Amino acid sequence: MNNESDEKNGGSSGGVTRRGFFASVGAGAVVAATAGHAVAQKTAEEIIKPEDMGKITLLVNGRKHKLLVEPRWSLLFVLREKLGLNGTKVGCERGECGACTVLVDGAPQYACMILAVEAEGCSITTLEGLMNGEELGPVQQAFVEHDAFQCGYCTPGQVVAVEGLLRKNPNPTDEEIRRGVSGNLCRCGSYMHIFKAAHRAADLKRGKGGAS
Amino acid sequence: MKDQDESLYYVGDFPVPESPEPGQEPKPWGKTRVIGKPIPRVDAYERVSGAAVYTSDVTFSDILYGVVLGSPYANAKVRSIDVASALKMPGVHAILTGSTKGADLVWPYVWGKDKAKLFDPHCRYEGDLIAGVCVETPYQAWDSARAIKVDYEVLPFVSDERKALDPKSKAVEAPDKRVAKTEKYERGNLEKGFAEADIVLETEYRTECQIQTPIEPHGCVAKWDGDHLTLWHSTQGVFYIQQQVAEVLGIPLSKVRVIGRYMGGGFGSKLEAGKYTIVAALLAKMTGRPVKLLLSREETFLVTGNRPPSNMKLKAGVKKDGTLTALHFTVLGTGGAYESGGISLTDWLVRDLYTCPNVMCESTEVLINAGLTCPFRAPGHPQGAWALEQMMDSLSEKIGMDPVEFRLKNIPSFSQARQGNPPYTTTGLKECLEQGAKAFGWEEARKKTAQQDKDNPVRSGVGMGACLWFVGGGGPPSTIVLKLFADGSANLNMGASDLGTGTKTIMAMVVSEELGIKPDKIQVENADTGSTQFATRSGGSKTIPTESPAVRAAAIDVKRQLFQIAAEELKVPASNLALQNGEIIPNADQSKKVKLNKLEALKKRGVIIGIGYRGPNPEKKWVNPFAAQFCEVKVDTRTGEVRIVRFFAAHDSGRVMNRLTYDNQVIGGITMGIGLAMTEMRVLDHNETGKVVSRNWHDYKLPTALDVPWEIVSIAIDPNDTEANTTGAKGLGEPVTIPTAAAIANAVYNATGIRITNTPINPLQLSRLMAEHKTRR
Repeated sequence: MNNESDEKNGGSSGGVTRRGFFASVGAGAVVAATAGHAVAQKTAEEIIKPEDMGKITLLVNGRKHKLLVEPRWSLLFVLREKLGLNGTKVGCERGECGACTVLVDGAPQYACMILAVEAEGCSITTLEGLMNGEELGPVQQAFVEHDAFQCGYCTPGQVVAVEGLLRKNPNPTDEEIRRGVSGNLCRCGSYMHIFKAAHRAADLKRGKGGAS
Repeated sequence: MKDQDESLYYVGDFPVPESPEPGQEPKPWGKTRVIGKPIPRVDAYERVSGAAVYTSDVTFSDILYGVVLGSPYANAKVRSIDVASALKMPGVHAILTGSTKGADLVWPYVWGKDKAKLFDPHCRYEGDLIAGVCVETPYQAWDSARAIKVDYEVLPFVSDERKALDPKSKAVEAPDKRVAKTEKYERGNLEKGFAEADIVLETEYRTECQIQTPIEPHGCVAKWDGDHLTLWHSTQGVFYIQQQVAEVLGIPLSKVRVIGRYMGGGFGSKLEAGKYTIVAALLAKMTGRPVKLLLSREETFLVTGNRPPSNMKLKAGVKKDGTLTALHFTVLGTGGAYESGGISLTDWLVRDLYTCPNVMCESTEVLINAGLTCPFRAPGHPQGAWALEQMMDSLSEKIGMDPVEFRLKNIPSFSQARQGNPPYTTTGLKECLEQGAKAFGWEEARKKTAQQDKDNPVRSGVGMGACLWFVGGGGPPSTIVLKLFADGSANLNMGASDLGTGTKTIMAMVVSEELGIKPDKIQVENADTGSTQFATRSGGSKTIPTESPAVRAAAIDVKRQLFQIAAEELKVPASNLALQNGEIIPNADQSKKVKLNKLEALKKRGVIIGIGYRGPNPEKKWVNPFAAQFCEVKVDTRTGEVRIVRFFAAHDSGRVMNRLTYDNQVIGGITMGIGLAMTEMRVLDHNETGKVVSRNWHDYKLPTALDVPWEIVSIAIDPNDTEANTTGAKGLGEPVTIPTAAAIANAVYNATGIRITNTPINPLQLSRLMAEHKTRR
């Protein structure tokens, strides 16, 4: 956004109105508006500038974090740069690659496509939240065993996508696994090992340990 | 020899320190305990837990964010830049342009252009550097970059390399420089060769421009402490970045430390520093704060390299008995706005893969107003294979010979294209073809597709392709320092980057093989110019064959010293000692065995330090990997959709070092080859603007989980290469993607009878070709 804010963006210079702002961010804003946080509580006619900070509380990996955020900050930005949770990777910041996949109330979503203010009131789980202390969680363990990565950069997103899939569907078919990770690009091309790891993770989660 | 291309991967002939001494090299391993086994990575925990710190993860409490502003035009001159209002934007700390003090720097990393500027007032391609901005948050950075007012003189452009030689097109360089480079290779007598042929075919082929786009964006974090610069850089070679940055900034190498322990994919696009690297360093200097500068995803599509488009023509002559008599290959390519490898190695497979006495290759690199190319995973080879391997398929059909048999008939044992025709240390091409075909069930599969129901709209097809990779033997220099601690665990110090190929794990396995230490007790320290040993860049599939012999030498050096200590303590000659499972065992009296941590002298010393160097390659012999890939497709003739059912890949990359990471390379290479064949293409707006249209992963489609077959089978051919180096490993990461696209095209031909000479084989093109095919019939 630059200084020359136009009619479409809210109709006043130097910032956007709440209405304009929410219209421009789309359906996700409804979540924010109903979540009852500080930013959304401003009156309809009050102008929110990009740099106006709002106070929010985010529930991430079971911990509450009180934060001051700009309304335009993405959840991805806040997780990485403000909370230091670098397991969530930045790949495209436009909802294409899935490297920033996190669980929002248990379902995989791209953190780059969610505003931090929208995430208030949701339970966020990142890669770090899948660990048991210093021990790997079952999906992470399965990825290690099947070498389901090369450079490892898309891996947090892939792991979280598989975790989300297995929470919804503990016993997925081959095709369901494919679809479950189809929103996560792997340029190294390790998909076949990711499929195997997903099956192995399902076994591990069902308590079927032992050799893979 | 193609000096320029080979210099990328080999430093050349020079004396190197050797350990052990020449003539004392260790014997090749016999039966191995660790090497070759499927062992999970030593850094797997870090990569799956989020503990691995990639460059994009590096941060400081006082960090600032940098962004670059690039030219929005394919060709434009900068008249003036006004940063006044941008400087007033919230959070702005500094703006860097060509007129900033200290920014008037030479950018020498453009081939054939030794006086190019970091900030060139003539931006010959979209995205070329205009300014750098450094701000409190990335959001403010983008705001302020957009607030910079640039007055451009927008110039006509040329974006289609096929029209670049047309005098009516604009030339990139005044007065009329259109051609960056030409190359010609010739052996034998072409005319005579074609006269001897029973069949002569000539076909034009084209591969579209492919862009690497690793998932971690290109970028770095720059931090100054006085006159000392530390750079965290996503790169394939920290020492090369160190050299580039020191050279451009004019400071000693000792004042630049580059760290790149984890990097999120490169595929050739992170072999060099970018202009952004220097911008980050200068902004950090201007502000006295650390600066993180990651390119945006869009920018990575514009300025970080590509596999250039190749317009190829191949004329081939063959006798009815399958003897190749002549090959005439021409290619028109482009490296973008500067000479940058736009035709590099495209002709290599035509020159060297199959026995043929009469060969001519003519290559022309033209200039267009687009971002520069760089060595993309096996530069030139997948394009050359697209032409050659489809031509081999066509020829075999014409002479009524099986494509595998035809290739088997033409396997050379030496490099025909190199001076002196050096023999290969090993060539497993025959075994790749035979064992690959057998595992795939090639003959039966061919029979089945020939007999399939003509009325079924979904048609099956099988196809194959073969290749070599022109380097892949590795070579000096490399130095490894291996520390054995008093408790029997170890630290391996190596300068090389691990791109995700499993380098660190394989090196730990080499130590484990020699010293009996479990890989998980070996800490690997790598890719840091400040704390690890000099290494060349990880590229050219040379990292494993370069580093693993040096690691083996270091381990042997440790063992020698260890036995000296133990011999004194146990009063047994060192030559009578063996090392097993952390114990020193005298051959004569096994009851006297002692655990490493019980050796008094080792405890006192604290550590044994072994040093290993990479010795020279064999003289007058050449080391190349070879491969053959087979695939089956199903083509829906109603929609033009192609589904790949299965891929079998037989690779001779020397000794298999780790079966798990080896197979992973194979499936990854095939996946990337599927991208070249079926989904990826850079689109430039030839009509209006010359700009890149496909500048994100929606418009430029990478293969996804839905585009790869469930069955990819890796067949490892180990030719037991005892000459290549002391571990017998050859390169793997590049050959795995060379024949893939051609094998798919051959399979689609087998299914439909339609020869697809242009990538990508997508429903749009295939349905159009099928409609034309029907009309013709």
